[in-house]
Amino acid sequence: MNSPTRPLTSTDNWPEVEAACRRILGERICQLIDEVRKDPRPESHLITVLHQVQAEFGYLGASHLDAVAQLMQIPAAKVSGVATFYHYFRLQPRGKFLVNICFGTACYVKGADRVAEKFMSELGVQLGETSKDGMFTVEACRCLGMCALAPVITVGEDVWAQVTADRVPSIIEEYIRRAKAT
Amino acid sequence: MAEDISPRKTVSVVIDGTPVRVPEGTTIMEAAEQIGISIPRLCYHPSLSIAGACRVCIVEVEGMDHYLASCHMPVWEGMRVRTNSPEIRQARRDIVELLLDNHPQDCQICERDGNCELQNLAYAMGVRERLFAGQRKRPQVDSSGHSVVRNPEKCVLCGRCVRVCAEIQGVHNLSQHGRGFTTVVAPAHYAKMDESVCIQCGQCVMVCPTAAFLEKSSTEIVWQALADPEKHVVVQTAPSIRAAIGEGFGMPPGTPATGKMITALRLLGFDAVFDTDLGADLTIVEEAHEFLIRLENGGPLPLITSCSPGWINFLEKFYPELIPHASTCKSPMSMLSTLAKTYYAERKGIDPKKIFMVAVMPCVAKKFEAARPEHRMPDGNPYTDAVLTTRELIWMIKCYGIDWARLPDGQFDPPLGLASGAGDIFGTTGGVMEATLRAATRLATGKGVDRIEFLEVRGVEGVREAYVALGERAIHVAVANGLTNAKIILDKIATGQERYHIVEIMACPGGCVGGGGQPYPPPGVPVLDKELLRQRAKALYTIDSQKTLRKSYENPAILELYENFLGVPGSPKAHELLHTSYRPRLPRGIR
Amino acid sequence: MKPEVRKRFEELQAKAEAALAEARAPYRIRIQVGSATCENAAGATVVYEEFRKHIAASGRSDIGLHRTGCTGRCSREPIVTVFMPDSLPVKYQFVTRDLVHKIFTSHVLGGQPLLEHVLDGPVIHLPRYELLCCQSPRCCQLQEEVWGTDPEALLQSMGLGPETVRVYSSSCLGACAPPEVGKIAHILVRPDKVLYRVRSREELREVLQEHLLNGRPVERLAVPGKTVGRKFLELYGDVAFFNRQTRVALRHNGVLDPTSIEEYFHYRGFEALATVLERDNPSWVIDQITRSRLRGRGGAGYPTGKKWAFAAASPDPTRYIICNADEGDPGAFMDRSMLESDPFNVIEGMIIGAFAIRASRGFVYVRAEYPLAVERVQNAIAACRQWGLLGKDILGSGFSFDIEVRLGAGAFVCGEETALIHSIEGERGQPRPRPPYPTERGLWGKPTVINNVETFANVPAIINYGPEWFARLGSEESGGTKVFALAGKVCHTGLVEVPMGTPLREIVVGIGGGPPGGKRIKAVQTGGPAGGCIPESMLDLPVDFGTLTKAGSIMGSGGMIVMDETDCMVDIAKYFMEFTCDESCGKCTPCREGTKRMLEILDRITTGSGTLEDLDKLERLGKLVRKSSLCGLGRAAPNPVLSTLTHFREEYVRHVTEKRCPAKKCKALVTYVIDPEKCVGCTVCARNCPVSCISGTRRQPHVIDQARCIKCGRCFEVCRFDAVIRD
Repeated sequence: MNSPTRPLTSTDNWPEVEAACRRILGERICQLIDEVRKDPRPESHLITVLHQVQAEFGYLGASHLDAVAQLMQIPAAKVSGVATFYHYFRLQPRGKFLVNICFGTACYVKGADRVAEKFMSELGVQLGETSKDGMFTVEACRCLGMCALAPVITVGEDVWAQVTADRVPSIIEEYIRRAKAT
Repeated sequence: MAEDISPRKTVSVVIDGTPVRVPEGTTIMEAAEQIGISIPRLCYHPSLSIAGACRVCIVEVEGMDHYLASCHMPVWEGMRVRTNSPEIRQARRDIVELLLDNHPQDCQICERDGNCELQNLAYAMGVRERLFAGQRKRPQVDSSGHSVVRNPEKCVLCGRCVRVCAEIQGVHNLSQHGRGFTTVVAPAHYAKMDESVCIQCGQCVMVCPTAAFLEKSSTEIVWQALADPEKHVVVQTAPSIRAAIGEGFGMPPGTPATGKMITALRLLGFDAVFDTDLGADLTIVEEAHEFLIRLENGGPLPLITSCSPGWINFLEKFYPELIPHASTCKSPMSMLSTLAKTYYAERKGIDPKKIFMVAVMPCVAKKFEAARPEHRMPDGNPYTDAVLTTRELIWMIKCYGIDWARLPDGQFDPPLGLASGAGDIFGTTGGVMEATLRAATRLATGKGVDRIEFLEVRGVEGVREAYVALGERAIHVAVANGLTNAKIILDKIATGQERYHIVEIMACPGGCVGGGGQPYPPPGVPVLDKELLRQRAKALYTIDSQKTLRKSYENPAILELYENFLGVPGSPKAHELLHTSYRPRLPRGIR
Repeated sequence: MKPEVRKRFEELQAKAEAALAEARAPYRIRIQVGSATCENAAGATVVYEEFRKHIAASGRSDIGLHRTGCTGRCSREPIVTVFMPDSLPVKYQFVTRDLVHKIFTSHVLGGQPLLEHVLDGPVIHLPRYELLCCQSPRCCQLQEEVWGTDPEALLQSMGLGPETVRVYSSSCLGACAPPEVGKIAHILVRPDKVLYRVRSREELREVLQEHLLNGRPVERLAVPGKTVGRKFLELYGDVAFFNRQTRVALRHNGVLDPTSIEEYFHYRGFEALATVLERDNPSWVIDQITRSRLRGRGGAGYPTGKKWAFAAASPDPTRYIICNADEGDPGAFMDRSMLESDPFNVIEGMIIGAFAIRASRGFVYVRAEYPLAVERVQNAIAACRQWGLLGKDILGSGFSFDIEVRLGAGAFVCGEETALIHSIEGERGQPRPRPPYPTERGLWGKPTVINNVETFANVPAIINYGPEWFARLGSEESGGTKVFALAGKVCHTGLVEVPMGTPLREIVVGIGGGPPGGKRIKAVQTGGPAGGCIPESMLDLPVDFGTLTKAGSIMGSGGMIVMDETDCMVDIAKYFMEFTCDESCGKCTPCREGTKRMLEILDRITTGSGTLEDLDKLERLGKLVRKSSLCGLGRAAPNPVLSTLTHFREEYVRHVTEKRCPAKKCKALVTYVIDPEKCVGCTVCARNCPVSCISGTRRQPHVIDQARCIKCGRCFEVCRFDAVIRD
């Protein structure tokens, strides 16, 4: 951050850099960053900020991460190192609906792999990929903590319990229908 | 700082049956060294924070159900350590084997063959079979940069580069990305080195135990030029090369080897061998002049030296608002290259296009500097065609089959071969400052002063400050080496907290003697070792003190240059040829 | 002593009671609907909404509808409890939208419970009374003597049929005092909440006759005064607290509304905090916790009192306290349940801990995958601030403390304390070498105490009911109870809280009901990916930190997966190895590289290309990773492999030498063939085969093309004639 005690020189690119970063992240995220920067340890809020950025944009793009780095004054390598460390963060844009297939022990034992295979073949994607129409991103995840309802998947905010491979096409249908309805 | 004279508590431990008494807080590794046992290690580095990551330095401690890493574990009273049970030897061997299993099997064709720490460890641990080999990571190599090549396939994830970049250089360009088996060390978003905040200092290359970081090699184009009869191949060598090159041929650190180096370069086929130190003398004269003008005109002060290209990259990316403070003088290398293709070409009647200018530098950032558009001739060709590091030159000499021990001493060629002692000491931290002060006192007062040595700016500390008499005035000077140290001074300037007149900044620890292009130290001696750097610096001060010509402005070659070619210091011609400009660069670094 | 703290607390308590009374006054009948994540997933939100509509439509103003947390009976959710005046509360399982209508019309309005939908039902009778007979080995040795060999006969002889009373064994009622040990049997009568101490069969008869038949409680035999058990009884007597589990950490789960601070106050909420602040003596708190023998519930079992004492002794005055809610073990969800169902309890525990070590700032580090838990904790923190229980000068004690929530982002290793600290600091969640331990130099280099959710959840109970009570609940080695997440091949999956030292068999068979369909238990996996498999032969092992470690497993955070004969131990080991390999932070060599190589070997073994040397390599690598990794998680990573290699080596050997999977689980080693004798040619298998590799005409035996078969097992599942043979 620049010190206000010295006049800016013409070689100082901070005003442009800052403005560009604020444009990229939008007002809501910038407000959050301005807020956490009041904390004596602003860098400790990095993960919180990244959660918000992901909530806002659906993923953490390189430009988002760089902008976060500049506005929070955390080295960009560290920001991208953090973003790639945690599985919760996604670095690619995702489909309208995120299908998360639980691969926790119970779900695994009860056939989560068959459910996953069915989703992959129905949508023509591999795990972690987004369907061509941009509707679905299919991912495997660690235990969702709903083992008794295994196999469990989540689609967006919804939880589907005791999913079998046979039910997969109708689940996909349901969301295509919902997408059309809105 | 007051010295802590209270006696530290000591504890007794037994290592491999030998009792030893050490101060409380000593690590097992340090305690073992006291009785002459060097525990194998990899990620440990005395100048960097402790990672405890590689687990090569594990030892057995009685009563513990697992092995302890000796690099970080402090000893306790009554601790009984075994550094070499059969189990621990097998565990260490297995750990090194696990590293090898995820590493290309190309030692014979690897640049680090012969001085690779992983190779040395594998040999020392006795890895003789490959029990666990399986899948190997295959990340992409980034060789797009001008200075540094990143090859994560060879990375053993010791994290020394990440730490040196952050802790010593304050650049934070590297981080581990991803996790687990697929972890990769890279700049943000796996960006190319030249498109990251990398300042090209090459300290990652120095600390890397393998070939995961290397300089971008220029040896092949130099061989090509040397073999081209159409080309007039000229070479210049930086001050600190002569202080370190001997190490590559078994000479003890700190042995000056100027004469042998010149003879070797001639044998390699260079048509003229010039001394970058003359460029340094010229830099001093121009810079001292620039300083005095700024002093007269009220700024911008402080004047910050500009010969370290790593520092200039840092300035443009991290402190762009301080750009007006940097001296506009080109670096000694670029000044000399410019003169070779103008002054020398003119005098010799050679077409500058036919001159191939090679610079031997202790530095990998010089490769980037040479490629800057600011350092191109009007026709678009660079003034410096190739930059070799000390390491590359050592290799070329060996490759050629030159018998170093039997080489007679040679002399630099005129007209760019004569340098003062002030130029020689450029190669160490504080040297540029001292040389500038020698000149500035003369220029300011109009008469030569007796004072030659400015011991207050010498030393190995990261930051040094002093007040020096300049005529009637006392000027405030500061010297910093290593960019984390430089930040301390730069922040004071940026916030107006301190008013300096001249500031010298060298990107690398110890200045050019600790440059990213210098020889790897022999096994057992860590990179950045303070004693090693001190020895190299001593060589330069010795060369200086043995000369009668110790002031840049008294160098007859410089005087002749001004008289016949440039006019006076700061003249329009001097400005056109010897000065440059800087601009803010993206991505902007975070301080 | 600071008496003004007590005064302030009592004011708040009165305020809460008043608010509750006002809110509850109109309701004679109450309906409780579970509302934790799993309940909601099972449809609880729909059920709640449906009840709301029904109540509105009925026009009745005396029926209250409440949310509560998770009871732990996951396999039966959604669960609804109906409280009618003067009756035992009735819990319904698997409640759907349609069932709501039936419950409402028949039970709530008509007073006729739906016997076929009762939890763990169907039942034939809902008795008027329930008798819970304490079965703790300490105080109730007389139980058998008093009841005789045939309790049924005794009851029948007195004319007490199943419509009047049901008798249960229960875990410790906590009512015993040392001189009475072995001399009395405690029996609780519900719903009247009367606790009797019975010394002989005659006294038992008197209770049955007078209380149950004549409706006149026997004052003479009732437990007088406020023993610990009685206090519990008054508060939690309405739920299954006194069945075979012993609920301390989970004591409010499924009882109170987790969003209401008033309800928490009603259940002695913040009383422990008031006690602590009133005494104003941090070392007293540490002493209480030390004497309770509470050990960290996160996995390693470090004595909590000792940990607090270390931090309290630090010369640095800035200290932090962290609640580790980064529950990452697949199969464990008790932390989520506690945060969702009883967040105030955890927060109260944290404040007490903070006071004990004099921390001014606390953090709850919780998984981002638990949005409801995050929301509930945040709400609870906000409510506490509003009520002056967090912030400056808590309850006028002069002690100031506040809590922030920090989210994890999906990294198992962040459960390791130094990695967790890095994560809160905004770094990659990689561990660092210890020492220094966090209690010396933790968050931002300051002394830091990190405890698990369950550990904090026990703290208020210890202060309220005394460390001796807590210590007595548990074993010699560790006090109190442990919550387990029971999953896998058992009838009743869900959360189970039992005293430390309870035999494994009691948990998986006694409470869990054993594997469904009469299959045999093969092993129990405890401790998640860092734990190991305990074979059936060792099921009588009392569960405790030390005993499990000795058996080659660990307590871990309390995941417990039951495996039957159809589970392959190599496959399970591989599953966990995949997990650790994926979750390895990548910092240290043995864990990063070693787990990968172990996984490769396991892969070879389960696909039929393993060799006997591979088994030795696996063991060598396992021991290397165990002994030389940087952090506790790395050192525990080989446990699933090493423990199965120890107990089930034969199974590994058969994979290697016979290229067969005895449990028929490893796809590559299994073949499916159709028995032409049994096949009737119904074509179901052919129609269901995803790769169409089954051929045959209708009414003719079918054949599987082995070259194309992907061994998905679909044909095996759909065949109604057992004609598909898996071999």
